[in-house]
Amino acid sequence: MKKIFGGPVLCLDRSDINTDEIIPAKYLTEVTKEALKPYILEDLSLDGFDAKGAPLKNAQVIVTRGNFGCGSSREHAPWVFEVNNIHTIIAESYARIFRQNMFNCGMLAIELPKAQIDTLVDMAKGGALVVSVDLPAQRISATADGREESFSFELSPFDKALVEAGGWVEFADARY
Amino acid sequence: MGQTTAEKIFAAHLRDEPFPGTKVIDIDRVLCHEITTPVAIADLEARGKDRVFDNTKIKAVIDHVTPAKDSKTALQAKMLRDWAHRHDIKDFFDVGRNGVCHAIFPEKGYIRPGFTVIMGDSHTCTHGAFGAFAAGIGTTDLEVGMLKGVCAFREPKTIRINLNGKLPAGVYAKDAILFVIGQIGVNGATDRVIEFHGSVVEAMSMESRMTLCNMAIEAGGTSGICQPDAVTVDYLWPFISGEFASKKAALTEYGKWCADADAAYEKVLDFDMSQIGPQVTYGYKPDCVKPVAEMVGTPVDQVYIGSCTNGRLEDLRIAAKILKGKKIVDSVRGIVSPATPQVFQDALKEGIIDIFMQAGFCVTNPTCGACLGMSNGVLSDGEVCASTTNRNFAGRMGKGGMVHLMSPATAAATALAGSIALAKP
Repeated sequence: MKKIFGGPVLCLDRSDINTDEIIPAKYLTEVTKEALKPYILEDLSLDGFDAKGAPLKNAQVIVTRGNFGCGSSREHAPWVFEVNNIHTIIAESYARIFRQNMFNCGMLAIELPKAQIDTLVDMAKGGALVVSVDLPAQRISATADGREESFSFELSPFDKALVEAGGWVEFADARY
Repeated sequence: MGQTTAEKIFAAHLRDEPFPGTKVIDIDRVLCHEITTPVAIADLEARGKDRVFDNTKIKAVIDHVTPAKDSKTALQAKMLRDWAHRHDIKDFFDVGRNGVCHAIFPEKGYIRPGFTVIMGDSHTCTHGAFGAFAAGIGTTDLEVGMLKGVCAFREPKTIRINLNGKLPAGVYAKDAILFVIGQIGVNGATDRVIEFHGSVVEAMSMESRMTLCNMAIEAGGTSGICQPDAVTVDYLWPFISGEFASKKAALTEYGKWCADADAAYEKVLDFDMSQIGPQVTYGYKPDCVKPVAEMVGTPVDQVYIGSCTNGRLEDLRIAAKILKGKKIVDSVRGIVSPATPQVFQDALKEGIIDIFMQAGFCVTNPTCGACLGMSNGVLSDGEVCASTTNRNFAGRMGKGGMVHLMSPATAAATALAGSIALAKP
């Protein structure tokens, strides 16, 4: 599946969102990624969040806080985003396994400092936030209600290579 | 400049450094279970690459939901079983011989000091108890591991944690690791290796060291690592006696994986463990930790003793000692799940299973089951479980349920009281 980076944003304004919240363990009995689709963020504890609502349905980007994806190693967490057309996550920080799983799937886990996440969360309160990603330049541009902000982000050469290759299987198979 | 244990292991296993800071290492053990492996198998098939790099270095077990509870879990088990047979994976453990992955693989002697170990399971950090680098990884990393025998990591940075002093009577490895997580937080060791040192660790059995390392991930740690020593050699001796002339020779060989005295750590943390009491979690994150004394009287509906954290013989012995000759209260459902068939059999022989049953516990077969709300003790909305497992996330053991993590001793005392209780020394 061709990855699309950027698009309408949903903010999940909380730290330590764990993999059980992203995809509960009871759905780990599925053996295809597609089957996970309806269960995205089903158990997320966040005031005002509706796992069946339009903001999540329309989202292509998640903006969130620290230690996102902590807990289990389940790649079902990135997969449930992937099959819901969310291929970009922007957070203050990630749990190691979740972050690696994102890049291994050829998806983007962007890290921004707290102040910039604050700005994005603030912008989303003012109107529909849309983020575009310029991968070669390693910059994101965010627009909401006439306001525009642009931030650069860091990617290691390995992260970049995985996104360009389409994932770790493709990269490793060509090299080892 | 000296090296940490992880640095030594990485240097000895380095296959490639495709970019600065990215280390691709050779893997000694690729461990598989039926939840995260089937998707990797299906993907390899779809790519026309249904092969394995080495069928002696891959070990597999059906453990999360076993025996299968429905058609979906039966399919997962079948996919793993068929793949294991197709590739002649000798060390494959099916119903009747299967146990919780992080208990059965060490018990079989598969994990050695200096090894690199990966598994599609976050609690793989358990195996670092043997002086190995052991990391939980996702299905894509697992897939490449199965096919190529390699995995990529960032240069490992190590936090050294010195557990000093002596654990008081009635305080166990579970209390020690809960205390540490409470101090450093759920991302206190993210993307870091934790090296455990100090007199408390030196005095611990391998079972206790596994409990300690098991929960490194709950602080975000990539691997928890203990230093291989005489305790490690004694544990492994039945499996390695053919390889070494003496235990002393094994100790010398394994000792080379110990961190150098002048190793550089990102951080060194010292904790005096002589003063801590039994610990328990109170919220929905593993770093919400309090002394049990502050939670006494909190009512519970279920007590669960088992899992890769605390389902080994030592754990069952500790709980049984407290339960012996007593009955748990009617308002509590007690469930004990020995982590492996060997643990189950040994517990039977020692009369431990009898004690649990006389006390009113349900004894289940070895499985991960209830720990992640899959089977054998799932909670209903609003129910509370006192549990020897490793995660207290909201809904972890069942939607709307609350989990208090604790040691087997505290769990046993809680079952007798019907509410969180301190075990009497």
